[in-house]
Amino acid sequence: MASPFLSNSTISFSSSLKSSTLPRLFPSVSFSSIRFKPTPRRILTVRSKIREIFMPALSSTMTEGKIVSWVKSEGDVLSKGESVVVVESDKADMDVETFYDGILAAIVVGEGETAPVGAAIGILAETEDEIAEAKAKAASNSGASAPSAPPPPPAPAAGSTPAPPNSTPAYAAPIASEGLRKTVATPYAKKLAKQHKVDTESVVGTGPYGRITPEDIEAAAGILPSKTNVGPVVVVEVKPAAPTKATSDSSAPSSIPPPVPGSTVVPFTTMQTAVSKNMVESISVPTFRVGYPVTTDALDALYEKVKPKGVTMTALLAKAAAMALVQHPVVNASCKDGKSFSYNSNINIAIAVAINGGLITPVLQDADKLDLYLLSQKWKELVEKARAKQLQPQEYNSGTFTLSNLGMFGVDKFDAILPPGQGAIMAVGASKPTVVADADGFFSLKNKMLLPVLLPAMIGVIDFASVLLASKMYSSVMSSTIGVNVTADHRIIYGADLAAFLQTFSKIVENPGSLTL
Amino acid sequence: MHSTSALSFSQATSLPTTNYAFHSHSAVNLRFCGLRRQAFGFSFSTHSTSTRLRLSTRAHSYKISASDGNNGTPPKSFDYDLIIIGAGVGGHGAALHAVDKGLKTAIIEGDVVGGTCVNRGCVPSKALLAVSGRMRELQSEHHMKALGLQVSAAGYDRQAVADHANNLASKIRNNLTNSMKALGVDILTGFGTIVGPQKVKYGKVGSTDTLVTAKDIIIATGSVPFVPKGIEVDGKTVITSDHALKLEFVPDWVAIVGSGYIGLEFSDVYTALGSEVTFIEALDQLMPGFDPEIGKLAQRVLINPRKIDYHTGVFATKITPARDGKPVIIELTDAKTKEQKDTLEVDAALIATGRAPFTNGLGLENINVLTQRGFVPVDERMRVIDANGNQVPHLYCIGDANGKMMLAHAASAQGISVVEQVTGRDHVLNHLSIPAACFTHPEISMVGLTEPQAREKAEKEGFEVSVAKTSFKANTKALAENEGEGLAKLIYRPDNGEILGVHIFGLHAADLIHEASNAIALGTRIQDIKFAVHAHPTLSEVIDELFKSAKVKAPASTSTSTSTSSPVTEPVSA
Repeated sequence: MASPFLSNSTISFSSSLKSSTLPRLFPSVSFSSIRFKPTPRRILTVRSKIREIFMPALSSTMTEGKIVSWVKSEGDVLSKGESVVVVESDKADMDVETFYDGILAAIVVGEGETAPVGAAIGILAETEDEIAEAKAKAASNSGASAPSAPPPPPAPAAGSTPAPPNSTPAYAAPIASEGLRKTVATPYAKKLAKQHKVDTESVVGTGPYGRITPEDIEAAAGILPSKTNVGPVVVVEVKPAAPTKATSDSSAPSSIPPPVPGSTVVPFTTMQTAVSKNMVESISVPTFRVGYPVTTDALDALYEKVKPKGVTMTALLAKAAAMALVQHPVVNASCKDGKSFSYNSNINIAIAVAINGGLITPVLQDADKLDLYLLSQKWKELVEKARAKQLQPQEYNSGTFTLSNLGMFGVDKFDAILPPGQGAIMAVGASKPTVVADADGFFSLKNKMLLPVLLPAMIGVIDFASVLLASKMYSSVMSSTIGVNVTADHRIIYGADLAAFLQTFSKIVENPGSLTL
Repeated sequence: MHSTSALSFSQATSLPTTNYAFHSHSAVNLRFCGLRRQAFGFSFSTHSTSTRLRLSTRAHSYKISASDGNNGTPPKSFDYDLIIIGAGVGGHGAALHAVDKGLKTAIIEGDVVGGTCVNRGCVPSKALLAVSGRMRELQSEHHMKALGLQVSAAGYDRQAVADHANNLASKIRNNLTNSMKALGVDILTGFGTIVGPQKVKYGKVGSTDTLVTAKDIIIATGSVPFVPKGIEVDGKTVITSDHALKLEFVPDWVAIVGSGYIGLEFSDVYTALGSEVTFIEALDQLMPGFDPEIGKLAQRVLINPRKIDYHTGVFATKITPARDGKPVIIELTDAKTKEQKDTLEVDAALIATGRAPFTNGLGLENINVLTQRGFVPVDERMRVIDANGNQVPHLYCIGDANGKMMLAHAASAQGISVVEQVTGRDHVLNHLSIPAACFTHPEISMVGLTEPQAREKAEKEGFEVSVAKTSFKANTKALAENEGEGLAKLIYRPDNGEILGVHIFGLHAADLIHEASNAIALGTRIQDIKFAVHAHPTLSEVIDELFKSAKVKAPASTSTSTSTSSPVTEPVSA
């Protein structure tokens, strides 16, 4: 998430989200950010959206940001380009603008609070009708970490509430004349409640006149009212692939090998941290891989024809994958909770691009619906934006399926890691001449690509053109083939699904006429 | 209006001095806002002449006024040259200057010398703020750690803190009293009442009054805390600044009505001592009156991270002190709709809604003067205006009682200005050169116009306004103190380099403002002052940078002192 936002003036963040079961958005970089499903594109004009406003990365080293102030308050109507929030970086306080019109439905992270880069700090609703929904979202977003509230006390029955037995007699029962007793919380108690997402209505005040004190809130939030606000040190459990040595009992330090003399330690950048986090996270998903050789002679021929019109090979492949996905929606689905399929109504193809010091996955949204020429143009824009670090969040985190290619490096096939939040990723290798038996029983060499699914790390811009062109000379004698390899989440996508999908994909590539329709 | 009159004035200075003096006397209503040059020209050459002229003019106008008002006859000889009613900071400043000018001076005080500022205002509050500043620092683990300091626990003894404030007030009070006594100012004890032209009586309640006469009289009776109706002040749980400064108790939760200087300073004190604070502000924004940008930043630093919440756009229409086992109850009413909005229950309420002039019993009716909301109407020379719009001869009013600028040092400056006038040198105080400060941690200070005011003026008069800003984050000394939070802002005219306003929020802002206020008072332009050298590393470099970052089209004037010409070729690199 960091890198796309290095532009140094005003920045905006916001992204669509839908599923209310989403956990809090993690500082998602590139691939992994596709945790939530984008709302269908077509609603742009018809229905409205709820978007999250993210903590932006104001510098390459920024990992968390402090909200200096909210320029807008909840309920304020925002128009595109307006400053919404002031975020403090190590250098200056910066105004963050919105890219969308809408209503600031909820502030998730309040003034003076800190949030990691990429975390949702506010919710933007497009219409008033959605404010309630957005608020619920905000609550679920932030409430996830809140400890279960103590059993709510019996609703104080009007003024008859007797003073708690142990309260000092000096504080008599609250004004009896007033009908419903309102909750009284001190300013700091209110601040703490907001910070820890404690509902003051559910807290019994133990302060003077039954008011809620900061201590009450801390108790309700399960915080030790210690002076130091520093939480317990989180011990990151490193799960080594190798079985732990039985002998290393509890001596934790031994698990970290001593540094080799002369080595230097370079801390991760924000983007690298995010990549690392996502990669570790991907371990929790049971994946499997299916490879398929695809002959690209016809595709090459088509490419030659449309190339003068600005069509790139990337667009061709994205389009082909998207069209295949239309027929196999399960491959475009994702498993968010381990209990259900989440079918995405859009087919958004994320494509890995290596940028200086990291990687990002610009997304071709609705790749199945846009024609080749539009897709090509879009891709060009996205790559330029990615290089300039000006991608907007939904331009890199709304993918439903990812494409990765290492073919230009001569890699013949490889296997990609499935980014969290997606069902499958396709890895495309270099095209190479292959001897194939044709219908007449003759062998010929064809260019085939080996398409393993993408490794979400270290991928260059996939421009197949050069690779494929290089192999063209063989085409008269032999065929070009690429190796395609797909990694998928086996909880929802099974071997047969993937095989069928790859077959469809292969057919589309081998008979690419439909791509130009 | 400011600049234009100054311009026309400088033409006048080229005239022969006699002309000039004549000019200024006959055209009484001419406004000399830029008064600097004018004042210089005056004091050097035409002292005696103008005195004579002035006296005759005064005598003349007096006759008119006397016949109108029929308030008795002026005495032939006077007990004093100058009598000042009220021995606050304004009266004290006037008295000292009067003695300096050779006037026989008396000062009447019905309460204690020092007035509000010394006894119930600026002075004791500074003592409390000195405590709160240290408490805040000691309690900030983060701050201490950053400096490498370890402090186990910071605590305070309320009574000792209160004593510190009280001791400071009495020390300053004694200093003031002694300084006047030593100079031969007669301190007359009792409440002063004007009985007629140039006549004042004074005396304690119950005793017989003494009548004294003076050639000139200055009213300097100051102000008292203003308490809106509906608020019952009991001095214990519902209090004004008068009570709060005694620090008789530190409430767990205090509501402060009004978020101006007084409210802000007390919020700083109370939160440092462990209270939680709720602000109640009638306007839609906290800290009205401050430059909006400074206010925003101040809120970011002084309000939001502290144990403070606030209600804006509401009046506290009814406040009942704690009694019968009930807390202090505050009823909030929407400032616009007038509907009751909320009820607060707190441990104490501090009323900081401003101050009301203390002018009752002054006998103004005896000379046909009507107060306006209690304020004594005056012209730009602090001359009192009567009900018919005429000047009351020999009667002046300075300080909070005239409401022009309710600040101790403004009162003192006005007093000095009056003494200048009565001793023959015309003088008009430029209020835009008077700085103001709020002693929170960090401090806020300002002089001149706020940005919206400057823009409005520019709009009207058709000139351009520019703004320059510098941050304390870039200042070495501020960073050494680990106090990089702060901003200095300069509002100026890019065409001629005139300083329109300076606003500072940051460490020792109150001490830093004077470079700007002096520049405004002396008419120094940015293109000249930017060559002045500042010691390194000091906080004053924030202001240095501010001036240097301004983009002024006018060249530096060549007529400034020679010392400024050499650094031009070799700028100092600090």
